[in-house]
Amino acid sequence: MNASENTFLAEVHQASGETVQDCYQCQKCSAGCPVAYAMDILPNQVLRHIQYDHREKVLASKTIWICASCYTCSVRCPNNIDIAKIMDTLRNIAIRSGIKPGEKNIPIFHSVFLNTIKSKGRIHELSLILQFKTKTRDFLKDAGLGWKMYKRGKIKLFPSRFGSGKEIQDIFNAFEGSQKKS
Amino acid sequence: MKEVSYYPGCSLHGTAREYDDSIQGVSSLLGIQLQELDDWTCCGASSAHCTSEELAIELAARNLAIAEKSNRELLVPCVACYSRFKAVETELKEHSKKIHFPYQGNVPIRYSLDFFCDGPILEEVKKKRTKPLSGLKVACYYGCLTVRPPKVTGIRQYENPQHMDHLMKLLGAEPIPWSYKTDCCGASLVMTRTDIVRKLSQRLLSMAKEAEADCLVTGCPMCQANLDTRQDELEKETKEKYDLPILYFTELMGLALGHKDVKKWFGRHIVDPVKMLRAKRLM
Repeated sequence: MNASENTFLAEVHQASGETVQDCYQCQKCSAGCPVAYAMDILPNQVLRHIQYDHREKVLASKTIWICASCYTCSVRCPNNIDIAKIMDTLRNIAIRSGIKPGEKNIPIFHSVFLNTIKSKGRIHELSLILQFKTKTRDFLKDAGLGWKMYKRGKIKLFPSRFGSGKEIQDIFNAFEGSQKKS
Repeated sequence: MKEVSYYPGCSLHGTAREYDDSIQGVSSLLGIQLQELDDWTCCGASSAHCTSEELAIELAARNLAIAEKSNRELLVPCVACYSRFKAVETELKEHSKKIHFPYQGNVPIRYSLDFFCDGPILEEVKKKRTKPLSGLKVACYYGCLTVRPPKVTGIRQYENPQHMDHLMKLLGAEPIPWSYKTDCCGASLVMTRTDIVRKLSQRLLSMAKEAEADCLVTGCPMCQANLDTRQDELEKETKEKYDLPILYFTELMGLALGHKDVKKWFGRHIVDPVKMLRAKRLM
C-alpha cells in the first residue's frame, strides 16, 4: 500500500500505525468480543470495510462507540493487528469529521467528561453525572443508586480546581485548535 | 522505609475511596511511604483516548512530567490511569512521539497489584500477616487492562493470570478456579449503555457464584463499581440471588494484616461484606 494514497485504508494506517491490510478474516476478534452482540458491524467486518474504503459506513457505525477497549481482540489477532487501537483511531476520525455518530449518548458522555477536566482539572463525578443528565434529559435513571452511594460517602458534593489552570487550558487550546484545522 | 510517588486518580477521591484508604493503610503497615504527586490532574481516561490521541497523551504526560522530578517509582492504583500512562511511555519510546510536557520517559510506572506482588513486599506481607483469611473462597477478577495488552502490562499469562491468586493464597484465602478472570465488565459504558454493563456484570456475578466464591476481588475501581452497584436490580431482573461482596485486594490485605480501619472501608460498599466475613469468623 502506498501511504500517500488517498484512501480510508491509508488514513487509518497513518493515524494508527496498524496494518489493516493484513486481516484475512479469521474472525477471532469478533468471536471473543464481549460486546459484539450489541454492534451493528462486527470487528472483523470493520476491518474489511476499511480495506474496501467504506469510510462513511465505518465512521457512522454503532460499533466504534460500543467497543469497550477491553483489548481481547488485539491480543488474539494472529496478524498482530491492534484492533482496539484502531477503534480509538476511528472514533478520533469520526469526531473530527463531524459525522453523525451511530450511538447518540456515548460521544456526548466523552465530551462532557473532557469538559469537566477542562474546567476543573480532575473528574468530579457528581458534576459529570449532572451535566450528562442535563444533556440527555434522563434525570431519574440511577437516582436511587446515587443516594445509596452518597450515604456511604462515595459521592463528593463539591469539586475543587487543580492543574495550575493554565497548563490544562493550554492542552485543551491546542486540541481545539487542531480540531478546527482539520 | 521505601518511598514511592502516588497518583491516586479521580476515582479514588470519589467512588473508590475505600481503595485509596486501604492502599494508604496497607502501605503504612508494610513500611511504604506514599508521596502524593503535587497538583496532579486527570489522566484523561476513559474519554480522551476516544476523542483525540494527542489530547490523551498530553493529559497523561503532564502527570508523568511531575513524577519525573523525583527518582521514585510511581504507584498507580487505577488500572485505567495506569494504561494511559503506559501508552505515553510506548508512544515516546517506540514511536519517538513529540510531547509538549518535558517528560523523558524515565518514571517506573507501577500498577498497584503488580507493585504489591513484588517479591520483597510479599515477604513482608508473609511476616506481618496476623489474621490468615482461612476458609475464604475468593474469585480473583483481573478484568481487562490489568493484563491486556501484554506488550503494555508485561503480563505473560494474560489469558489465565496468577499473581492475584498467589497474593490471596499468601493471605490465607482460597482462590477458586473460574474461567472469567479476564472478561470485561463493560467499564465506562455504565453511564451510556447501562444495559451492556448489566449483561456483562450479570455473567461475571453468576459465574463467580457458580464457582462457589464468597466474594470477588479486584484492583480496578470501574470493575468494583459496576459489579457492586448493580446487584439489586439484577436480582430483580433474573430472580437469581447474588449478594456477592466485591472487594479491593488491598482491603483483604488490610484484613489479613490486622488493620484497624477495615470496618470503615467495608462500610462504603453497597453489598455489605461484613456479614459474610463474620460468618467466616474473619471479623
